[in-house]
Amino acid sequence: MQSFTYERAQTPAEAAKAAAERENAKFIAGGTNLLDLMKLEIERPTHLIDVGRLGLKEIEDTSDGGLRIGTLVSNTALSAHPRVRRDYAVLTRAIQAGASGQLRNKATTGGNLLQRTRCPYFYDTNMPCNKRQPGAGCAAQGGYSRQLGVVGVSDSCIATYPGDMAVAMRVLDAVVETIAPDGTERRIPIADFHRLWGDTPHIENALQPGELITHVTLPRPIGGRHVYRKVRDRASYAFALVSVAAVLQPDGRGRVAFGGVAPKPWRMPEADAELPRGAKAVVGRAFADARPTEHNRFKIALAQRALAGILSDAPAQQEG
Amino acid sequence: MSEARRFPVSRRGVIAGGTASVAAANLPWSDVKAQQVERSVEPPSVSVSLNINGEERDLELDTRVTLLDALREHVGLTGTKKGCDHGQCGACTVMVNGERVNSCLSLAVMHEGDEITTIEGLGTPDALHPMQAAFVKHDGYQCGYCTPGQICSAVAVLQEIERGIPSHVTDDLLADMQPTNMEMRERMSGNICRCGAYSNIAEAMADVAEG
Amino acid sequence: MKFDSPAGDNLFDRSRIVGKSTSRIDGPRKTTGTAPYAYERGDEVANPAYGVILGAAIAKGRIRRMDARDARRAPGVLSVLLATERKPVGKSDWNLAPLFGGPEVAHYHQAVALVVAETFEQARAASNMIHVDYERTDGTFDLAAAAPAAEGADGNQDRSTLGDFDAAFAAAPVKVDARYTTPDESHAMMEPHATIAMWEGDKLTLLTSNQMINWAKTAMGQILDIPAENIRVDSPFVGGGFGGKLFIRSDAVLAALGAREAGRPVKVTLQRPLMFNNTTHRHATMQHLRIGAEADGRITAIAHENWSGNITGEEGEDGTMQTPKLYTGANRMTGNYVTQLDLPEGNAMRAPGEAVGHMALEVAMDELAEALDMDPVELRIRNDAQDRVPGEPSKRISDRHLTRCLREGADRFGWSARSVVPGRMREGRWLVGMGVAAGYRGGPTQTSGARVRLGADGKVAVETDMTDIGTGSYTIIAQTAAESLGVPLERVSVELGDSGYPVSAGSGGQWGAASSTAGVYAACVNLRRAIGEKLNFDADRAEFVDGEIRAGNQSFALTAAGEMSADGKMEFGDFKDDYDVGTYAAHFAEVGVDAYTGETQIRRMLAVCDAGRILNPLSARSQVIGGMVMAAGATLMEELAVDKRFGFFANHDLATYEVPVHADIPHQEVLFLDTLDPIVSPLKAKGVGELGICGPGAAIANAIYNAIGVRVRDYPITLDKYLDRLPELA
Repeated sequence: MQSFTYERAQTPAEAAKAAAERENAKFIAGGTNLLDLMKLEIERPTHLIDVGRLGLKEIEDTSDGGLRIGTLVSNTALSAHPRVRRDYAVLTRAIQAGASGQLRNKATTGGNLLQRTRCPYFYDTNMPCNKRQPGAGCAAQGGYSRQLGVVGVSDSCIATYPGDMAVAMRVLDAVVETIAPDGTERRIPIADFHRLWGDTPHIENALQPGELITHVTLPRPIGGRHVYRKVRDRASYAFALVSVAAVLQPDGRGRVAFGGVAPKPWRMPEADAELPRGAKAVVGRAFADARPTEHNRFKIALAQRALAGILSDAPAQQEG
Repeated sequence: MSEARRFPVSRRGVIAGGTASVAAANLPWSDVKAQQVERSVEPPSVSVSLNINGEERDLELDTRVTLLDALREHVGLTGTKKGCDHGQCGACTVMVNGERVNSCLSLAVMHEGDEITTIEGLGTPDALHPMQAAFVKHDGYQCGYCTPGQICSAVAVLQEIERGIPSHVTDDLLADMQPTNMEMRERMSGNICRCGAYSNIAEAMADVAEG
Repeated sequence: MKFDSPAGDNLFDRSRIVGKSTSRIDGPRKTTGTAPYAYERGDEVANPAYGVILGAAIAKGRIRRMDARDARRAPGVLSVLLATERKPVGKSDWNLAPLFGGPEVAHYHQAVALVVAETFEQARAASNMIHVDYERTDGTFDLAAAAPAAEGADGNQDRSTLGDFDAAFAAAPVKVDARYTTPDESHAMMEPHATIAMWEGDKLTLLTSNQMINWAKTAMGQILDIPAENIRVDSPFVGGGFGGKLFIRSDAVLAALGAREAGRPVKVTLQRPLMFNNTTHRHATMQHLRIGAEADGRITAIAHENWSGNITGEEGEDGTMQTPKLYTGANRMTGNYVTQLDLPEGNAMRAPGEAVGHMALEVAMDELAEALDMDPVELRIRNDAQDRVPGEPSKRISDRHLTRCLREGADRFGWSARSVVPGRMREGRWLVGMGVAAGYRGGPTQTSGARVRLGADGKVAVETDMTDIGTGSYTIIAQTAAESLGVPLERVSVELGDSGYPVSAGSGGQWGAASSTAGVYAACVNLRRAIGEKLNFDADRAEFVDGEIRAGNQSFALTAAGEMSADGKMEFGDFKDDYDVGTYAAHFAEVGVDAYTGETQIRRMLAVCDAGRILNPLSARSQVIGGMVMAAGATLMEELAVDKRFGFFANHDLATYEVPVHADIPHQEVLFLDTLDPIVSPLKAKGVGELGICGPGAAIANAIYNAIGVRVRDYPITLDKYLDRLPELA
């Protein structure tokens, strides 16, 4: 970890401004991902802006019946919130499927959206990685790629977005609210928040330099049966091989997003539309353009089987 | 930057792996690096006050010092363990303002004014906390290295269940939480014990949970 | 003292303390964070500096140039040691991979530099400022590709035969012929390797984390080319080893070199991501089993061949080791072949050989039972050896109750509820199956010494360089001394791990418990004799109980002779060579496999163990369940993923090298048979620390087969290997 200067920001606007003024500055809140990467010198900020005391820890009802979540709400607090449990259970389920109790206590809503990939070649600075060093090449291709992406990947990068929370937010059509260094606020639909790698895998999301996430808003609840199914090699404290977030309506329609398979939570409206026809149809559509490696090809079948399992749990009575 | 410095000269493997763009580039990094070295001549340090196990501690620390290293290397509280330093094992678990966290993934400077409870704050060899006593009784450890983290976590887990925080294995998100065996195992999963004392730890926790 | 004939009736047969479930005497310290591990002993050392190691970025080749100008200029840096500026350190009898020095790189993350600085943060940052220019050369990293050229470690094919396997196998009416693979695995103990080194003149002290104190001391002398007697090694608490801390590693070497260079004590710990490639690991294996049997289940032919790889000159992982011991069969062959690989050094990990050998043999037995249409428990009982080792008939079996383990285990586990036809037990979404495996692990002993001091206050202090790596040595040693001298356990204190104390057997190979307690007993016998001489009674005929000595019609207080001290050591006689001293187990597992996703959940585990007297059933049980957990990991998830292009283990942290967590492990049950083995030691007790990992993996694998009807022979059994073969979804 290279040395850095440190400041504690007092307001979101001030934090964003400070980030723009300092070269190579980073925000830090929970720190659970950033410090991990700084210790390995994958991240090398020379200035840290601690946004942990900006407030932004409230969860408020919105006027249209939705929910507005402060960016600093911890994963634990968000998952335990009574309205989230009642109206957005898929989000509680997704958060609780991720990481560990300790990490969920530290990790924040905004920070979790920015979680970086767990590709082992990204994590090893001896290995070429286009994400760490644009143009260096991708050691993951032709290497150990069992955990890596099967869809939405590119010649430059086959890493995944590794988180769970955002996969649930994707089926809930969450909106990310930000403030820019010049004070401008904007709302980014979660569908547009994470980027596909293309040939610039070092650019991972829609945020501009210095732009700070302030809130995440959930639209009005959509009812239905909420399920988050995470499949992994051990029973807990592991990243997904495949995860499925689903909100299913009694008439067979619904929404579904997949985690652990792509650079972003993977949801396609055309695939949602196939839900009444079953898991095979949904996955066939969602993974039509998949380009798996020999090590991770199984993820497509696994996604289908996981979704089939969810659909087969057909509601004698509705959950939550 | 580290990539340039350590890059294997031949990247034939990568090229063989099918990526054409490997040959480019490590040159720009050497300049970046030189600047950075110059800039870091004096590592910035900061003052931070922590309340550790009820005692106020004023420390002057390099900004890079984690809460874990502050405890172990600067305050002399070595009960909190460094198992991985990357949030992957849970040996460094402490409670901050009543919530358990991985102290390795937190900078000390971020904890100004926070109340930190470590294993030393729970009990002493002559006056064990009930959870510590239960670990001894049920042999909930072997080598002992993950043990302080397990115990801090175990104490916090029972509190989390009491506070009604759900978990991955909670069936009904709207009902009261119960300290079942499966609930405790799921919630303890952020604390790895390579000696494999899990079954005994679950029994120690059940013992305490039952009172 | 020499143990040169089978143990007769002795004081341990009337024991009050040995054999009783006893809370660990070090428990209060471990549970309060007051037990000091190596890196935490800075308060015992004046002004320590911090060392951070830089690992090599290539698997094989040489360093053309190292540039440490930036690092040496960096804040707080005291010294930078570069491999290219040092000649290679010596090789000890226990280390084959180079530990430090010279331009040659033999494996990924080999230590190539150490930075010593005032603070950890400064040293870590500066270690990343060293520029290294490597010249990479090709290496051999693929076991499957290299295996055909494999030979024995000494260049000869290591093969042993009995009878005529080929003919008998050809003639057998029922056969199994199957190949299995097990991957490279990591010890992944929770405490990383760590050392504080300091010099006083030419005397070196290493506060370190090591299982084998005397090996460490001797090795360090060879590595640094200094007299071993100038070295003190001290490891009172070891945060897990599993074989990974049997030997000196780069933390100790570089702490010592760094301390000499910096003129200050230096503390070094291996950063977790470095451990997987820098230190040793369990080697991957390829195994071939061929078993032929009569229709009644009697084995007539059995062959077990094993291939593994290692750096030149090193032995591999011999998966055949249990096969000559477990089952009868007149025609036999075992072969163990080692090929040269340029991966990091493979070496001992918990039950080296047997742990993975059972994962092949005991699945092959399951396959044979199915081919015979016979219950797998009955098949094992049918072929249980009696008086002689099947593969080495010149050896007598000391004490063996495998059939009892299997029978009692089957009853206890409810084995009769198992569906003979796989894939038939269904509970909701779960396909349920049960599996069984037998387990064998040797019960060796090694010479072991101790010192016992009796204070005027009647307190007893035991000193030995034995280590407690989580095994419970502190407590069983205290129990042994308390029993032998007739004092309550609370009166006994135990000091371990210091090379200044008498040399013990150390912790390895499941020999620690049996050997170290025998050594403590020997010291106690010498102390009793010394007291007898002083007070003029025959100590060997006296009773030491309740703080008193009763010798004939005389009686003394234990303290009557005042302060006393005696050294003693137990040596084990040649008569043992006539015997195979083994430990035995029957392992049972029940799993559920998700019919949709293929995820496996272990639902129940049981081990029934036959290991002679169990010195402390509480901590012995922990040893066994710990082995069962590690076996579960090896079966379901653990694999060091070899990147065959770059030649390294790609998943080198605890997020990507997954080991079991709480949620993976159900309640585990362990039963110990009430057996005694008079051949092993005066205490008639054998170790169990490795028995627990010999068999449970196969029991789980067999349970998965029983659940889903798909046999996966390549470990770990992850869902991607059978997803497309799961039973049709209803």
